[in-house]
Amino acid sequence: MSKVWKLILYLGLALIIIGAFIWAPLEPKILKEYTRIFYFHVPVAWICVVFFFIAAYYSFQFLRTRDLLYDAYAKISNELGILFAILATVTGSIWAKVTWGSFWNWDPRETSIFILLLIYGAYFSLRSAVEQEDRRARLAAVYSLLAFVTVPFFVFVVPRIYFSLHPEPVINAQGKIHLEVRQRVIFFSSLLFHTVLYLWLFQMRKTQVKLQMILRQYKEYKMLEE
Amino acid sequence: MRQIWLVFLKDVQQEFKTRYAINAILLFAIVTLSAVSFSIGTYTATARILAALFWVILFFSSMSGLSHIFIREEETHTADTLKLVARPANIYLGKFLFNLILLILLEIILIPLFIAVMNFQIVNYQIFLSTMFIGNFGLAGGGTMVAAIISKASTKGALFTVLAFPILLPVLVSGISATRKAAESAKLMDVQNELQALFAYGVIIIVASILLFDFVWNE
Repeated sequence: MSKVWKLILYLGLALIIIGAFIWAPLEPKILKEYTRIFYFHVPVAWICVVFFFIAAYYSFQFLRTRDLLYDAYAKISNELGILFAILATVTGSIWAKVTWGSFWNWDPRETSIFILLLIYGAYFSLRSAVEQEDRRARLAAVYSLLAFVTVPFFVFVVPRIYFSLHPEPVINAQGKIHLEVRQRVIFFSSLLFHTVLYLWLFQMRKTQVKLQMILRQYKEYKMLEE
Repeated sequence: MRQIWLVFLKDVQQEFKTRYAINAILLFAIVTLSAVSFSIGTYTATARILAALFWVILFFSSMSGLSHIFIREEETHTADTLKLVARPANIYLGKFLFNLILLILLEIILIPLFIAVMNFQIVNYQIFLSTMFIGNFGLAGGGTMVAAIISKASTKGALFTVLAFPILLPVLVSGISATRKAAESAKLMDVQNELQALFAYGVIIIVASILLFDFVWNE
Protein backbone atom coordinates (compact mmCIF):
# COMPACT_ATOMS: atom_id res chain seq x y z
CA MET A 1 0.00 0.00 0.00
CA SER A 2 1.46 3.31 -1.03
CA LYS A 3 2.48 5.98 1.43
CA VAL A 4 -0.23 8.43 0.43
CA TRP A 5 -3.00 5.93 1.08
CA LYS A 6 -1.45 4.97 4.39
CA LEU A 7 -1.38 8.59 5.45
CA ILE A 8 -5.01 9.08 4.43
CA LEU A 9 -5.96 5.94 6.33
CA TYR A 10 -4.17 6.93 9.53
CA LEU A 11 -5.54 10.48 9.46
CA GLY A 12 -9.02 9.25 8.64
CA LEU A 13 -9.09 6.72 11.47
CA ALA A 14 -7.71 9.23 13.96
CA LEU A 15 -10.35 11.75 12.95
CA ILE A 16 -13.10 9.16 13.21
CA ILE A 17 -12.07 8.06 16.68
CA ILE A 18 -11.86 11.65 17.88
CA GLY A 19 -15.06 12.58 16.08
CA ALA A 20 -16.97 9.63 17.50
CA PHE A 21 -16.26 10.92 20.98
CA ILE A 22 -16.58 14.66 20.45
CA TRP A 23 -18.35 15.63 17.28
CA ALA A 24 -21.16 13.14 16.80
CA PRO A 25 -24.36 14.11 18.57
CA LEU A 26 -25.74 11.80 21.21
CA GLU A 27 -29.02 10.00 21.10
CA PRO A 28 -30.78 12.29 23.54
CA LYS A 29 -33.34 10.19 25.32
CA ILE A 30 -31.88 7.14 27.02
CA LEU A 31 -28.73 5.85 25.41
CA LYS A 32 -26.57 9.00 25.58
CA GLU A 33 -22.89 8.07 25.90
CA TYR A 34 -23.54 4.42 25.09
CA THR A 35 -24.21 5.05 21.41
CA ARG A 36 -20.52 5.63 20.77
CA ILE A 37 -19.75 1.95 20.61
CA PHE A 38 -22.07 1.75 17.60
CA TYR A 39 -19.39 3.32 15.40
CA PHE A 40 -16.98 0.51 16.23
CA HIS A 41 -19.22 -2.47 16.78
CA VAL A 42 -21.00 -2.36 13.43
CA PRO A 43 -17.84 -2.10 11.24
CA VAL A 44 -16.25 -5.00 13.13
CA ALA A 45 -19.36 -7.16 12.75
CA TRP A 46 -19.63 -6.21 9.08
CA ILE A 47 -15.95 -7.06 8.49
CA CYS A 48 -16.46 -10.44 10.13
CA VAL A 49 -19.17 -11.29 7.60
CA VAL A 50 -16.99 -9.93 4.77
CA PHE A 51 -14.14 -12.24 5.80
CA PHE A 52 -16.56 -15.11 5.93
CA PHE A 53 -17.47 -14.45 2.31
CA ILE A 54 -13.79 -14.03 1.40
CA ALA A 55 -13.00 -17.40 3.02
CA ALA A 56 -15.81 -19.06 1.06
CA TYR A 57 -14.48 -17.45 -2.14
CA TYR A 58 -10.95 -18.77 -1.59
CA SER A 59 -12.34 -22.21 -0.64
CA PHE A 60 -14.23 -22.23 -3.92
CA GLN A 61 -11.09 -21.23 -5.83
CA PHE A 62 -9.16 -24.00 -4.13
CA LEU A 63 -11.71 -26.62 -5.11
CA ARG A 64 -11.66 -25.28 -8.65
CA THR A 65 -7.89 -25.17 -9.16
CA ARG A 66 -6.44 -27.44 -6.41
CA ASP A 67 -3.77 -24.81 -5.82
CA LEU A 68 -2.63 -24.97 -2.19
CA LEU A 69 -2.01 -21.23 -2.14
CA TYR A 70 -5.78 -20.69 -2.18
CA ASP A 71 -6.11 -23.03 0.76
CA ALA A 72 -3.54 -20.93 2.64
CA TYR A 73 -5.53 -17.80 1.78
CA ALA A 74 -8.74 -19.47 2.99
CA LYS A 75 -7.02 -20.37 6.25
CA ILE A 76 -5.79 -16.86 6.96
CA SER A 77 -9.13 -15.29 6.09
CA ASN A 78 -10.74 -17.67 8.56
CA GLU A 79 -8.15 -16.66 11.16
CA LEU A 80 -8.95 -13.00 10.74
CA GLY A 81 -12.64 -13.85 10.62
CA ILE A 82 -12.57 -15.55 14.00
CA LEU A 83 -10.67 -12.61 15.45
CA PHE A 84 -13.33 -10.19 14.29
CA ALA A 85 -16.14 -12.50 15.33
CA ILE A 86 -14.73 -12.48 18.86
CA LEU A 87 -14.38 -8.69 18.74
CA ALA A 88 -17.91 -8.25 17.43
CA THR A 89 -19.33 -10.56 20.10
CA VAL A 90 -17.48 -8.78 22.90
CA THR A 91 -18.38 -5.26 21.77
CA GLY A 92 -21.92 -6.41 21.13
CA SER A 93 -22.24 -7.89 24.62
CA ILE A 94 -20.95 -4.73 26.20
CA TRP A 95 -23.48 -2.72 24.25
CA ALA A 96 -26.19 -5.23 25.14
CA LYS A 97 -25.38 -4.99 28.82
CA VAL A 98 -25.62 -1.22 28.97
CA THR A 99 -28.58 -0.89 26.63
CA TRP A 100 -30.80 -3.89 27.21
CA GLY A 101 -29.60 -5.02 30.62
CA SER A 102 -27.97 -8.39 30.08
CA PHE A 103 -24.88 -9.60 28.30
CA TRP A 104 -26.56 -12.20 26.13
CA ASN A 105 -30.15 -12.50 24.94
CA TRP A 106 -30.26 -14.87 21.98
CA ASP A 107 -31.49 -12.07 19.79
CA PRO A 108 -31.34 -13.27 16.13
CA ARG A 109 -28.31 -11.15 15.26
CA GLU A 110 -26.52 -12.26 18.41
CA THR A 111 -27.33 -15.83 17.47
CA SER A 112 -25.92 -15.32 14.00
CA ILE A 113 -22.61 -13.95 15.26
CA PHE A 114 -22.44 -16.85 17.70
CA ILE A 115 -23.01 -19.24 14.82
CA LEU A 116 -20.23 -17.58 12.86
CA LEU A 117 -17.96 -18.11 15.86
CA LEU A 118 -18.96 -21.77 16.00
CA ILE A 119 -18.40 -22.21 12.27
CA TYR A 120 -14.91 -20.71 12.51
CA GLY A 121 -14.14 -22.88 15.54
CA ALA A 122 -15.43 -25.99 13.75
CA TYR A 123 -13.35 -25.09 10.69
CA PHE A 124 -10.16 -24.96 12.75
CA SER A 125 -10.93 -28.15 14.64
CA LEU A 126 -11.53 -29.90 11.30
CA ARG A 127 -8.21 -28.59 9.99
CA SER A 128 -6.37 -29.85 13.05
CA ALA A 129 -7.98 -33.30 12.79
CA VAL A 130 -6.72 -34.21 9.35
CA GLU A 131 -3.09 -35.14 8.74
CA GLN A 132 -2.49 -35.14 5.00
CA GLU A 133 -2.20 -31.69 3.53
CA ASP A 134 -4.31 -31.98 0.40
CA ARG A 135 -7.06 -33.93 2.15
CA ARG A 136 -7.12 -31.32 4.89
CA ALA A 137 -7.38 -28.52 2.35
CA ARG A 138 -10.16 -30.28 0.46
CA LEU A 139 -12.29 -31.11 3.51
CA ALA A 140 -11.83 -27.64 5.02
CA ALA A 141 -12.83 -26.03 1.72
CA VAL A 142 -15.96 -28.19 1.45
CA TYR A 143 -16.94 -27.38 5.04
CA SER A 144 -16.37 -23.69 4.47
CA LEU A 145 -18.67 -23.73 1.45
CA LEU A 146 -21.30 -25.79 3.26
CA ALA A 147 -21.29 -23.30 6.13
CA PHE A 148 -21.46 -20.44 3.63
CA VAL A 149 -24.72 -21.87 2.32
CA THR A 150 -26.21 -22.05 5.81
CA VAL A 151 -25.31 -18.62 7.13
CA PRO A 152 -27.52 -16.40 4.93
CA PHE A 153 -30.45 -17.98 6.71
CA PHE A 154 -29.35 -16.49 9.96
CA VAL A 155 -27.92 -13.20 8.86
CA PHE A 156 -30.68 -12.17 6.51
CA VAL A 157 -33.77 -14.33 6.85
CA VAL A 158 -34.26 -14.91 10.56
CA PRO A 159 -33.98 -11.30 11.79
CA ARG A 160 -36.69 -10.33 9.33
CA ILE A 161 -39.05 -13.09 10.40
CA TYR A 162 -38.67 -13.08 14.13
CA PHE A 163 -38.73 -10.21 16.55
CA SER A 164 -35.30 -8.71 17.01
CA LEU A 165 -33.83 -6.61 19.80
CA HIS A 166 -31.46 -4.97 17.37
CA PRO A 167 -32.53 -1.47 16.38
CA GLU A 168 -32.95 -0.74 12.72
CA PRO A 169 -31.61 2.73 12.02
CA VAL A 170 -29.76 1.72 8.88
CA ILE A 171 -31.30 -1.41 7.40
CA ASN A 172 -35.04 -1.45 7.72
CA ALA A 173 -38.26 -2.14 5.90
CA GLN A 174 -38.91 1.43 4.76
CA GLY A 175 -35.45 1.80 3.26
CA LYS A 176 -34.76 5.05 5.05
CA ILE A 177 -31.85 5.89 7.29
CA HIS A 178 -32.84 7.18 10.70
CA LEU A 179 -29.58 8.84 11.64
CA GLU A 180 -28.76 12.51 11.89
CA VAL A 181 -26.31 14.03 9.42
CA ARG A 182 -23.28 14.11 11.69
CA GLN A 183 -23.91 10.60 12.91
CA ARG A 184 -24.27 9.49 9.32
CA VAL A 185 -20.93 11.01 8.36
CA ILE A 186 -19.07 9.39 11.22
CA PHE A 187 -20.80 6.05 10.78
CA PHE A 188 -20.23 5.63 7.09
CA SER A 189 -16.70 6.94 7.18
CA SER A 190 -15.98 4.62 10.11
CA LEU A 191 -17.34 1.74 8.07
CA LEU A 192 -15.22 2.70 5.08
CA PHE A 193 -11.98 3.31 6.92
CA HIS A 194 -12.26 0.22 9.09
CA THR A 195 -12.91 -1.87 5.99
CA VAL A 196 -9.83 -0.43 4.29
CA LEU A 197 -7.73 -1.01 7.41
CA TYR A 198 -8.71 -4.62 7.81
CA LEU A 199 -8.39 -5.39 4.12
CA TRP A 200 -4.89 -3.93 4.28
CA LEU A 201 -4.13 -6.22 7.21
CA PHE A 202 -5.41 -9.14 5.15
CA GLN A 203 -3.27 -8.10 2.19
CA MET A 204 -0.14 -8.08 4.35
CA ARG A 205 -0.97 -11.53 5.69
CA LYS A 206 -1.61 -12.81 2.17
CA THR A 207 1.81 -11.59 1.02
CA GLN A 208 3.41 -13.27 4.02
CA VAL A 209 1.70 -16.60 3.26
CA LYS A 210 2.58 -16.38 -0.43
CA LEU A 211 6.24 -15.78 0.39
CA GLN A 212 6.19 -18.75 2.78
CA MET A 213 4.76 -20.94 0.04
CA ILE A 214 7.33 -19.76 -2.51
CA LEU A 215 10.10 -20.47 -0.01
CA ARG A 216 8.75 -23.95 0.63
CA GLN A 217 8.50 -24.74 -3.08
CA TYR A 218 12.06 -23.48 -3.56
CA LYS A 219 13.35 -25.73 -0.76
CA GLU A 220 11.55 -28.75 -2.26
CA TYR A 221 13.04 -27.93 -5.65
CA LYS A 222 16.52 -27.73 -4.15
CA MET A 223 16.01 -31.07 -2.38
CA LEU A 224 14.90 -32.71 -5.59
CA GLU A 225 17.99 -31.39 -7.37
CA GLU A 226 20.33 -33.10 -4.94
CA MET B 1 -32.11 -43.66 -9.78
CA ARG B 2 -31.52 -47.35 -9.58
CA GLN B 3 -28.06 -46.77 -8.10
CA ILE B 4 -29.56 -44.68 -5.30
CA TRP B 5 -31.96 -47.45 -4.47
CA LEU B 6 -29.21 -50.07 -4.56
CA VAL B 7 -26.94 -48.10 -2.24
CA PHE B 8 -29.86 -47.60 0.11
CA LEU B 9 -30.74 -51.32 0.05
CA LYS B 10 -27.16 -52.30 0.70
CA ASP B 11 -27.02 -50.10 3.78
CA VAL B 12 -30.38 -51.38 5.01
CA GLN B 13 -29.23 -54.99 4.67
CA GLN B 14 -25.95 -54.25 6.41
CA GLU B 15 -27.81 -52.47 9.16
CA PHE B 16 -30.25 -55.34 9.54
CA LYS B 17 -27.41 -57.76 10.14
CA THR B 18 -25.70 -55.82 12.88
CA ARG B 19 -28.34 -53.29 13.95
CA TYR B 20 -25.53 -51.06 15.19
CA ALA B 21 -26.74 -47.63 14.18
CA ILE B 22 -30.36 -48.11 15.10
CA ASN B 23 -29.40 -49.47 18.50
CA ALA B 24 -27.01 -46.62 19.18
CA ILE B 25 -29.46 -43.96 18.19
CA LEU B 26 -32.45 -45.49 19.99
CA LEU B 27 -30.64 -46.21 23.20
CA PHE B 28 -29.08 -42.77 23.29
CA ALA B 29 -32.51 -41.21 22.86
CA ILE B 30 -34.06 -43.36 25.57
CA VAL B 31 -31.20 -42.70 27.99
CA THR B 32 -31.36 -38.96 27.41
CA LEU B 33 -35.11 -38.93 27.75
CA SER B 34 -34.90 -40.88 31.01
CA ALA B 35 -32.22 -38.58 32.37
CA VAL B 36 -34.27 -35.50 31.52
CA SER B 37 -37.48 -36.91 32.90
CA PHE B 38 -35.79 -38.10 36.07
CA SER B 39 -34.12 -34.73 36.62
CA ILE B 40 -37.34 -32.79 36.18
CA GLY B 41 -39.32 -35.16 38.35
CA THR B 42 -43.03 -34.56 38.75
CA TYR B 43 -42.88 -30.93 37.71
CA THR B 44 -44.65 -30.34 34.38
CA ALA B 45 -42.54 -28.00 32.31
CA THR B 46 -44.06 -25.35 30.04
CA ALA B 47 -44.61 -26.01 26.33
CA ARG B 48 -41.66 -23.84 25.40
CA ILE B 49 -39.23 -25.83 27.53
CA LEU B 50 -40.66 -29.17 26.44
CA ALA B 51 -40.36 -28.27 22.77
CA ALA B 52 -36.73 -27.29 23.31
CA LEU B 53 -35.99 -30.47 25.28
CA PHE B 54 -37.52 -32.61 22.56
CA TRP B 55 -35.33 -31.11 19.88
CA VAL B 56 -32.24 -31.31 22.08
CA ILE B 57 -32.83 -35.03 22.62
CA LEU B 58 -33.52 -35.55 18.92
CA PHE B 59 -30.46 -33.57 17.88
CA PHE B 60 -27.99 -35.35 20.15
CA SER B 61 -29.40 -38.77 19.35
CA SER B 62 -28.98 -38.08 15.66
CA MET B 63 -25.43 -36.88 16.39
CA SER B 64 -24.65 -40.29 17.82
CA GLY B 65 -26.27 -42.22 15.01
CA LEU B 66 -26.00 -40.41 11.70
CA SER B 67 -22.28 -40.76 11.16
CA HIS B 68 -22.33 -44.55 11.24
CA ILE B 69 -22.89 -45.10 7.55
CA PHE B 70 -19.69 -43.44 6.46
CA ILE B 71 -17.56 -44.53 9.38
CA ARG B 72 -18.56 -48.12 8.78
CA GLU B 73 -17.51 -47.74 5.14
CA GLU B 74 -14.10 -46.48 6.15
CA GLU B 75 -13.56 -49.08 8.87
CA THR B 76 -14.58 -52.07 6.80
CA HIS B 77 -12.61 -50.67 3.84
CA THR B 78 -15.55 -50.97 1.50
CA ALA B 79 -15.36 -47.30 0.59
CA ASP B 80 -13.01 -47.87 -2.37
CA THR B 81 -15.26 -50.50 -3.90
CA LEU B 82 -18.22 -48.21 -3.49
CA LYS B 83 -16.32 -45.46 -5.31
CA LEU B 84 -15.98 -47.72 -8.32
CA VAL B 85 -19.58 -48.80 -8.38
CA ALA B 86 -21.71 -45.65 -8.23
CA ARG B 87 -21.55 -41.96 -9.02
CA PRO B 88 -20.95 -39.63 -6.03
CA ALA B 89 -24.33 -37.93 -6.22
CA ASN B 90 -26.09 -41.30 -6.16
CA ILE B 91 -24.01 -42.47 -3.20
CA TYR B 92 -24.91 -39.34 -1.27
CA LEU B 93 -28.60 -39.70 -2.05
CA GLY B 94 -28.62 -43.37 -1.11
CA LYS B 95 -26.98 -42.65 2.24
CA PHE B 96 -29.25 -39.66 2.75
CA LEU B 97 -32.27 -41.90 2.22
CA PHE B 98 -30.88 -44.34 4.76
CA ASN B 99 -30.36 -41.60 7.34
CA LEU B 100 -33.84 -40.27 6.65
CA ILE B 101 -35.42 -43.66 7.34
CA LEU B 102 -33.24 -43.99 10.45
CA LEU B 103 -34.49 -40.66 11.75
CA ILE B 104 -38.10 -41.53 11.00
CA LEU B 105 -37.73 -44.81 12.88
CA LEU B 106 -36.21 -42.95 15.81
CA GLU B 107 -39.05 -40.48 15.86
CA ILE B 108 -41.75 -43.15 15.64
CA ILE B 109 -40.43 -44.44 18.93
CA LEU B 110 -39.31 -41.18 20.53
CA ILE B 111 -42.40 -39.05 19.92
CA PRO B 112 -44.97 -41.23 21.73
CA LEU B 113 -42.49 -41.84 24.56
CA PHE B 114 -41.77 -38.16 24.95
CA ILE B 115 -45.42 -37.16 24.89
CA ALA B 116 -46.27 -39.81 27.45
CA VAL B 117 -43.32 -39.38 29.81
CA MET B 118 -42.99 -35.61 29.79
CA ASN B 119 -46.72 -34.91 29.62
CA PHE B 120 -46.39 -32.85 26.49
CA GLN B 121 -49.85 -31.67 25.41
CA ILE B 122 -49.98 -31.15 21.68
CA VAL B 123 -52.95 -29.14 20.51
CA ASN B 124 -52.40 -29.38 16.79
CA TYR B 125 -50.91 -32.61 15.46
CA GLN B 126 -50.88 -31.29 11.89
CA ILE B 127 -48.30 -28.66 12.79
CA PHE B 128 -46.22 -31.10 14.80
CA LEU B 129 -46.11 -33.86 12.23
CA SER B 130 -45.45 -31.58 9.28
CA THR B 131 -42.63 -29.90 11.20
CA MET B 132 -41.10 -33.28 11.97
CA PHE B 133 -41.47 -34.48 8.41
CA ILE B 134 -39.88 -31.44 6.78
CA GLY B 135 -37.28 -31.05 9.52
CA ASN B 136 -36.11 -34.62 8.96
CA PHE B 137 -34.98 -33.75 5.45
CA GLY B 138 -32.80 -30.94 6.75
CA LEU B 139 -31.36 -33.02 9.59
CA ALA B 140 -30.63 -36.04 7.41
CA GLY B 141 -29.25 -33.95 4.54
CA GLY B 142 -26.86 -31.87 6.62
CA GLY B 143 -25.96 -34.80 8.86
CA THR B 144 -25.07 -37.08 5.95
CA MET B 145 -22.84 -34.45 4.39
CA VAL B 146 -20.96 -33.67 7.60
CA ALA B 147 -20.66 -37.43 8.27
CA ALA B 148 -18.95 -37.79 4.89
CA ILE B 149 -16.54 -34.98 5.77
CA ILE B 150 -15.51 -36.36 9.13
CA SER B 151 -15.23 -39.95 7.96
CA LYS B 152 -11.99 -38.90 6.28
CA ALA B 153 -10.67 -37.19 9.43
CA SER B 154 -8.93 -38.96 12.28
CA THR B 155 -10.94 -38.18 15.44
CA LYS B 156 -14.48 -39.09 14.53
CA GLY B 157 -16.91 -38.89 17.41
CA ALA B 158 -16.69 -35.47 19.00
CA LEU B 159 -15.79 -33.82 15.73
CA PHE B 160 -19.12 -34.77 14.20
CA THR B 161 -21.16 -32.87 16.78
CA VAL B 162 -18.87 -29.82 16.60
CA LEU B 163 -19.08 -29.64 12.83
CA ALA B 164 -22.75 -30.50 12.50
CA PHE B 165 -24.14 -28.10 15.09
CA PRO B 166 -23.68 -24.82 13.15
CA ILE B 167 -24.88 -26.44 9.94
CA LEU B 168 -28.02 -27.92 11.50
CA LEU B 169 -28.87 -24.96 13.71
CA PRO B 170 -31.49 -23.44 11.36
CA VAL B 171 -33.45 -26.68 11.66
CA LEU B 172 -33.26 -26.48 15.45
CA VAL B 173 -34.38 -22.86 15.58
CA SER B 174 -37.35 -23.28 13.27
CA GLY B 175 -38.21 -26.72 14.66
CA ILE B 176 -38.31 -25.61 18.28
CA SER B 177 -40.38 -22.57 17.44
CA ALA B 178 -42.86 -24.61 15.37
CA THR B 179 -43.12 -27.37 18.00
CA ARG B 180 -43.86 -24.79 20.66
CA LYS B 181 -46.64 -23.40 18.50
CA ALA B 182 -47.98 -26.92 17.98
CA ALA B 183 -48.51 -27.12 21.71
CA GLU B 184 -50.09 -23.70 21.98
CA SER B 185 -52.09 -22.67 18.95
CA ALA B 186 -54.56 -24.54 16.79
CA LYS B 187 -54.00 -23.29 13.24
CA LEU B 188 -51.54 -24.49 10.61
CA MET B 189 -51.30 -20.92 9.29
CA ASP B 190 -49.38 -19.75 12.35
CA VAL B 191 -46.31 -21.79 11.56
CA GLN B 192 -46.03 -21.02 7.88
CA ASN B 193 -42.86 -18.97 8.46
CA GLU B 194 -41.14 -21.83 10.21
CA LEU B 195 -42.31 -24.43 7.72
CA GLN B 196 -41.15 -22.28 4.83
CA ALA B 197 -37.77 -21.82 6.48
CA LEU B 198 -37.44 -25.57 7.13
CA PHE B 199 -38.42 -26.45 3.59
CA ALA B 200 -36.06 -23.89 2.06
CA TYR B 201 -33.25 -25.08 4.30
CA GLY B 202 -33.86 -28.71 3.32
CA VAL B 203 -33.76 -27.92 -0.38
CA ILE B 204 -30.65 -25.74 -0.08
CA ILE B 205 -28.68 -28.16 2.05
CA ILE B 206 -29.45 -31.16 -0.16
CA VAL B 207 -28.53 -29.31 -3.35
CA ALA B 208 -25.32 -27.91 -1.82
CA SER B 209 -24.40 -31.39 -0.53
CA ILE B 210 -24.92 -33.02 -3.91
CA LEU B 211 -22.70 -30.40 -5.52
CA LEU B 212 -19.97 -30.65 -2.87
CA PHE B 213 -20.04 -34.39 -2.21
CA ASP B 214 -17.89 -35.18 -5.22
CA PHE B 215 -15.01 -33.20 -3.71
CA VAL B 216 -15.22 -35.04 -0.40
CA TRP B 217 -15.65 -38.49 -1.82
CA ASN B 218 -13.07 -38.62 -4.59
CA GLU B 219 -9.45 -38.01 -3.71
